[in-house]
Amino acid sequence: MGYLDAASAEPLHPAARGALLSALDEGWADPARRYGAGRRNRLRLDAARSAVAGVLGARADELSFTASGTTAVQLGLLGAAAARHRVGSHLVVSAVEHSSVLQAAAAHGGEVTVVPVDRLGRVDPDEFAAALRPDTALACLQSANHEVGTDQPVETVAAACRAADVPLLVDAAQSAGRVPIPAGWSVLIASAHKWGGPPGVGVLVVRKGTRWRSVLPPDEREHGRVPGFENVPAIAAAAAALVARDEVAAAEAARHWALVERIRARVPTLVPDVEVVGDPAHRLPHLVTFSCLYLDGETLVTELDSAGFAVNSGSSCTSSTLQPSHVLAAMGVLTHGNVRVSLPLGVTEAEIDRFLDVLPAVVAKLRTQAGVSDL
Amino acid sequence: MSRPVGGLDEAALVIDTLGRRCPIPVIELAKQIGAVEVGAVIAVLADDEAARVDIPAWCQMREQRYLGEAESLAGGRAYLVRRLA
Repeated sequence: MGYLDAASAEPLHPAARGALLSALDEGWADPARRYGAGRRNRLRLDAARSAVAGVLGARADELSFTASGTTAVQLGLLGAAAARHRVGSHLVVSAVEHSSVLQAAAAHGGEVTVVPVDRLGRVDPDEFAAALRPDTALACLQSANHEVGTDQPVETVAAACRAADVPLLVDAAQSAGRVPIPAGWSVLIASAHKWGGPPGVGVLVVRKGTRWRSVLPPDEREHGRVPGFENVPAIAAAAAALVARDEVAAAEAARHWALVERIRARVPTLVPDVEVVGDPAHRLPHLVTFSCLYLDGETLVTELDSAGFAVNSGSSCTSSTLQPSHVLAAMGVLTHGNVRVSLPLGVTEAEIDRFLDVLPAVVAKLRTQAGVSDL
Repeated sequence: MSRPVGGLDEAALVIDTLGRRCPIPVIELAKQIGAVEVGAVIAVLADDEAARVDIPAWCQMREQRYLGEAESLAGGRAYLVRRLA
């Protein structure tokens, strides 16, 4: 079975599995308690915190674990914006942020300026900077796009935010553990299940000197930023996965880059009427999206699943939302017939070649069934 | 299958895909564009949100000219395309 949807969830890293199993037996005690088992679990939690902070380029006392990446976005965005309520309630976001960022920005309740992207899915840093105002509480820009892989100009935007004295939230969920985190963030978001940790662990980092105020009732856990008893076994497993992954990150990124390059180059020659989207040169190493004219993305996903490949689609022709992918729509590229391929750790060249072997016949079959082969 | 529409006097053909989901509006446009002369305008009536992105994107891929939207009295929106090829 070819698993090519790492952007949704990376399979559990073997190092995470080992850490999880041992921590399930030994890491159950409350890390806030002062007896031996509690203190030992506090050490386990703090070791995980230091390890994750080290890989992400943060300080341990800046980093809090949450129950998911989405929770980290919600707490990070709303908390950073709330701390600046005297400045104003205006927010700036890119048009292609993850839906959790867009939803949290809308929930904040102030005016939201949405900065458009070009056909490759990238914001113009000058346009982003021009959207900053004296009453801007927070700006949000992803490290790279989760649907099409395009890198965002985070460091240039961060410099503009710094000059305007506006904090910048960077959602690095799709790049953490794979490529270095761009510098200049005030609030950083990541999610363990995208780097081979277990689900249920998000990361919220608030840079020293960045103001943040909880929008939830007070709770002392996680530097007062995240309420509730930490899931120490899952956090320990997440840290083990990130550390193990980091050791091979550069080599794996280079390997993934070449495999994605192969997909980007060959799909248009193998399949007629396909548009490969996103930036070919400035992108995530492991992710590529293409759209097949006249086909429904969900049908393609189902048919590729039958052929042994797990991929995702940003198309939603038959879904209940009836809304096309906001990312593809913002780029102005085809929203139907969309296939996102994202590579997990250790994916083989043979799997990619088999995918490329299978794809043309799957597309041809579906086009014949839909009666659109000759269009 | 045409219905009354506003602002579409120029259209040589009106394709009604109201109530039909993506990618049907684009498929119908591709199927029927050959029925008008080169230089003529086609209006596609659609209420699927994806058509708003997909019809201009299709025009770019197929080197046809997307002219924009017009009001549709029949519901949804009318997307205007000039046949160039």
